[in-house]
Amino acid sequence: MAKHAITVTVNGAPRKAEVESRLLLVHLLREEFRMTGTHIGCDTTHCGACTVLLDGVPVKSCTVLAVQADGRSVMTVEGLEKDGALHPIQDGFMQEHGLQCGFCTPGMMMTGYALLERTKSPKEDEIRSAISGNLCRCTGYVNIVKAVEHAAAKLR
Amino acid sequence: MATLRTTPEVGGMGHSVKRKEDPRFIRGQGNYVDDVVLPGMLHMDIVRSPFAHAKIKKIDSTAALKVPGVLAVITGETLEKYKLHWMPTLMSDTQMVLPTEKVMYQAQEVAAVIATDRYAAADGVAAVEVDYDPLPVLVDPWKAIEPGAQVLRTDKPDKKDNRIFHWEVGDRAATDEVFAKAPVKVKQRIYIPRIHVASIETCGCVASFDKAQGKLTVYMTTQAPHAIRTVFALVAGHVGLSEEKIRIISPDIGGGFGGKVPVYPGYVIAVAASVVIGKPVKWVEDRMENLQADSFARDYHIDAELAAEKDGTIKALRIKTLADHGYADAAANPSKFPAGLFSICTGSYDVKQAFAEVDGVYTNKPPGGIAYRCSFRVTEAVHAIERMTDILAQEVKIDPAELRFKNFIPPEKFPYKSATGWEYDSGNYAGALKKAMDMIGYADLRKEQAAKRAKGELMGIGISSFTEIVGAGPSKHFDILGIKMFDSCELRVHPTGKALARFGTKSQGQGHETTYAQIVAEELGIPAAHIQVEEGDTDTAPYGLGTYASRSTPTAGAAGAIAARKVRDKARKIAAHLLEVNEDDLVWEPGKFSVKGAPQKAKTIQEIALAAYTNHPQGMEAGLEATSYYDPPNLTFPFGSYICVVDLDRGTGEVKIRRFVAIDDCGNIINPMIVQGQVHGGLTMGMAPALLEEISYDENGNVQGGSFMDYLVPTAMETPKWETGHTVTPSPHHPFGAKGVGESATVGAPPAIANAVVDALAHLGVRHIDIPITPEKVWRILKEKGVAE
Amino acid sequence: MIPPPFDYHAPKTLPEALEMLGRFGEEAKVLSGGQSLLPLLKLRFAQPAHLVDIGRIPGLDYIKEEGGFLRIGALVREAALEASDLVRTKYPILVDTAAVIADPLVRNLATVAGNLAHGDPANDHPATMLALGAEVVLTGPKGSRTVPVAQFFTGIFTTALTPSEVLTEIRIPVPAAGSGGAYVKLERKVGDFATAGAAAFLVLKGGAIERAGIGLTNLGPTPIKAAEAEKYLAGKKADDAVFAEAGRLAAAATNPSPDRRGAADYKKEMARVLTVRALKKAAQRAGGK
Repeated sequence: MAKHAITVTVNGAPRKAEVESRLLLVHLLREEFRMTGTHIGCDTTHCGACTVLLDGVPVKSCTVLAVQADGRSVMTVEGLEKDGALHPIQDGFMQEHGLQCGFCTPGMMMTGYALLERTKSPKEDEIRSAISGNLCRCTGYVNIVKAVEHAAAKLR
Repeated sequence: MATLRTTPEVGGMGHSVKRKEDPRFIRGQGNYVDDVVLPGMLHMDIVRSPFAHAKIKKIDSTAALKVPGVLAVITGETLEKYKLHWMPTLMSDTQMVLPTEKVMYQAQEVAAVIATDRYAAADGVAAVEVDYDPLPVLVDPWKAIEPGAQVLRTDKPDKKDNRIFHWEVGDRAATDEVFAKAPVKVKQRIYIPRIHVASIETCGCVASFDKAQGKLTVYMTTQAPHAIRTVFALVAGHVGLSEEKIRIISPDIGGGFGGKVPVYPGYVIAVAASVVIGKPVKWVEDRMENLQADSFARDYHIDAELAAEKDGTIKALRIKTLADHGYADAAANPSKFPAGLFSICTGSYDVKQAFAEVDGVYTNKPPGGIAYRCSFRVTEAVHAIERMTDILAQEVKIDPAELRFKNFIPPEKFPYKSATGWEYDSGNYAGALKKAMDMIGYADLRKEQAAKRAKGELMGIGISSFTEIVGAGPSKHFDILGIKMFDSCELRVHPTGKALARFGTKSQGQGHETTYAQIVAEELGIPAAHIQVEEGDTDTAPYGLGTYASRSTPTAGAAGAIAARKVRDKARKIAAHLLEVNEDDLVWEPGKFSVKGAPQKAKTIQEIALAAYTNHPQGMEAGLEATSYYDPPNLTFPFGSYICVVDLDRGTGEVKIRRFVAIDDCGNIINPMIVQGQVHGGLTMGMAPALLEEISYDENGNVQGGSFMDYLVPTAMETPKWETGHTVTPSPHHPFGAKGVGESATVGAPPAIANAVVDALAHLGVRHIDIPITPEKVWRILKEKGVAE
Repeated sequence: MIPPPFDYHAPKTLPEALEMLGRFGEEAKVLSGGQSLLPLLKLRFAQPAHLVDIGRIPGLDYIKEEGGFLRIGALVREAALEASDLVRTKYPILVDTAAVIADPLVRNLATVAGNLAHGDPANDHPATMLALGAEVVLTGPKGSRTVPVAQFFTGIFTTALTPSEVLTEIRIPVPAAGSGGAYVKLERKVGDFATAGAAAFLVLKGGAIERAGIGLTNLGPTPIKAAEAEKYLAGKKADDAVFAEAGRLAAAATNPSPDRRGAADYKKEMARVLTVRALKKAAQRAGGK
């Protein structure tokens, strides 16, 4: 099976790789590019721990092929902090105790980030719906909602 | 509300200090096992049995070994050479690492493929060919325990049945006598099905054996790294592993909840592979492997009875339970308690006589199982007593809140000796229930329910007033594989007044890096921000039994306080030396010693710390550190009252939780924000088994619910907007009056929800519904009662 | 978790894609959103030798009304359907449907066309398209043909698509005045397939039903068009008693398989309950209330 030479812009920087057709985007990020902030929590596209932005849209990177991302841009949790300043979504999660074990958190924050890019003042039900593709076992979601609301307030 | 004794800058007890572990997690810089990459590291994947019970005729690795990147295929035969094909469980049973003769559950490990990358390993697994000869499957525990049933554990030479243990507690004769004379008796079969904790991070390890040094390092998803190290030394000592040359590193763990306590075959195979090959070997399981083969929880068939007066006063409790453990008892209970702490089953009530017995049985299912935030079977015990209390209330036609108030152990009876032998440290059950009732507006809800009933609308209110039992445990009764269940803290204060504190527990999200720092901050007045907390590396952390069963604050937290007090005692001596007074002339407030009557003459803890290295008294050792191995004198008994309101859809049977109020009492609170977070998460893991989650097996032992497609972990949409509050009833024996809280909500929530649904249907004559209460179960009842839409 | 090896092709035009599909035949699968196909590959339930990714072909992501039809292009994502003002105002049944497919993240990639082409009776759009009387355009190397959705689903995971064709467009007749539709899905949790789902579309005139369409999800080996119920409704008054009978007839058309979502009798009853609820909601929308 032939390998494909791809270039993916990750957090603003072009990254090259030679990949098998079947390589999943999440493995490209974690293993090829050694960016382990994006996590894997299941094998049936349910948990959302692997959520990244693909051309600005939150997707489950375990259900995208690396080759599909060729020539496109990906944003991961590592891209949230800019010039040493945390993004409000990151600060919101810390201020509101929106994380415990931290494993679902990167995916959760990317979904929250994307929501706040399109909605300035999401209501609680909108937030819960937006994160319904991201599973958390630790927090019971209450403080995750608060974290997103906190970030929304900061961004307004 | 306790008064705060330290300032927010110091951040001692009671402050909602923001978490010190968060900065790395919010940057995606956590270090979880699958993030660990070592030079030359290989990947391991596991071939698993499609059959629940089968002889292995042949394992053909030829095709697998031809897959590019595959280096080796390990089978039971390989491990048998090193006598590692079987291993002990934490309950002193035995389980297979890899089989040499037969498999005993679907998804059991059959062989392991070692390859250069995980894609090749997966291809290798797909290419291994195994010939099986299926054997009759035994999945019904009632059939398994019948005399003459097929004996499953043919590896045990003298075994003639499938019984594992018989355990009992209480006074059978006295209890039977009360039942014989009781005017009111209620009885119910309660089945609590198998569930799986499904932390978002699955289990795994990176095992790295350094041949030259003879040292094994294992990064592992484990809640109890020291226990694992000792077990490895005992189990694999004969192949050259020696405890001083084993290092278990529990890095960041993505959720444990009990699921990361057992030793899984995958770990042992990875260690063996690394020892033999001499390179690091990584094994991380898929979600389906996790759900299908890792330690489960529950699977208790409970026959419960209450004997009472006509006015609802409970006189006695009698319980007989069948415990389905799968093919091996791999539960991680304290060794004298094969049914865990199930004997807390008299609950929050002053029950004078009780008798409980539990019989464990083998079946063709994965081994286990207490791995789901249960405090050693307390979830089962509380579900039983709280359901029975409601059943009794229904029988004697008394409001379930009123019935509870009538039977609660009153505050003046603490410490309370229960009929099953526990000494409850403190409690204020009526206070918690009253607070919950006020918060939810109980009286108005009952009025609303009556009005709705008249219109044919189905609304229910359910209460759960639970008593938890945590903090295992006193050395007199508690050990795991013989190791007593103390825990530890090693505290060092540096010359510049900062501190390093290491503990024998291991947080998997509970926030120990913050809360433990707060404990030390409270005792010494050093700001929590200046106290570095470490756990999880057995080379540096003092020996401990790990974090599970809500034991950390009661044991390691206590050790932290005691160690800090030892440091303070030495600090007093140094302060007396510096101020040239007697120790008795000194007064302590958090952060400094001052002279009685002359408060301007004082030394801060920072000045004292510096002096410990630069100006210590002659004859005293330099330095400022202490270690404590804390043996708790008793367990602690957190408690609470939860009230749940549900509305039922008469067309579909769906249960909608309209409101859920949780009042928890975990004694003195270290960090209110963290405690509330634990309650939120626990409630969600209580709701899930009540309404959604179940692992079951068909008659051929095929697992149902073995992936997230069918194992229904709640999203933010199914999860209610939890309402929480608390009361504070300190533990009299704990160094700072705290009790632990991590599992309270998982224990208390399911019966509150079950009680609410039954309450919605009680007027139709419904008495009990087993969890999970699915829409179909409700619909069937509605149909039977003629009220379906 | 790891897919088996395959060859990946990313044609830049539709003719290029069709040439590849013609060449590879049964050995190829079309990749569009990938949210049904990739999960199958990861479980190794499918092992195609070739994946032909049509995601790079421009001009396939349109949603527009033209020539009496709402036309949805092959690469329209579910999220785009949910966000489209045109769809939200004139075709709310499509938003009902899209909004309950999987979860929001999956919907950012999953395509409407893929939801039909996959042939899974558990997918949600088929029932809605049946109720709307939609048709699909299948394009192969020799040209395009139009197939009514009622003839598209031929068996479990089988459709009228041949291996060398791509479903390039979905056409929904622009609704007449006084019409309305709704989709109601019963799921165990967000992200699950339907325990049962019902789509209802009504054209009302003077309080009476001129025409009705009812489609059912995951209640048989293929998506179900409840033809008896549709025939019954034509000409009747749009009231509760009529809807109740239509629900019974719709349920009678189902042949559900028992599984973890429910026993067959439960699912059949849910078909009835959900059909009634969908009809009531459709009537509300048709009456403009």
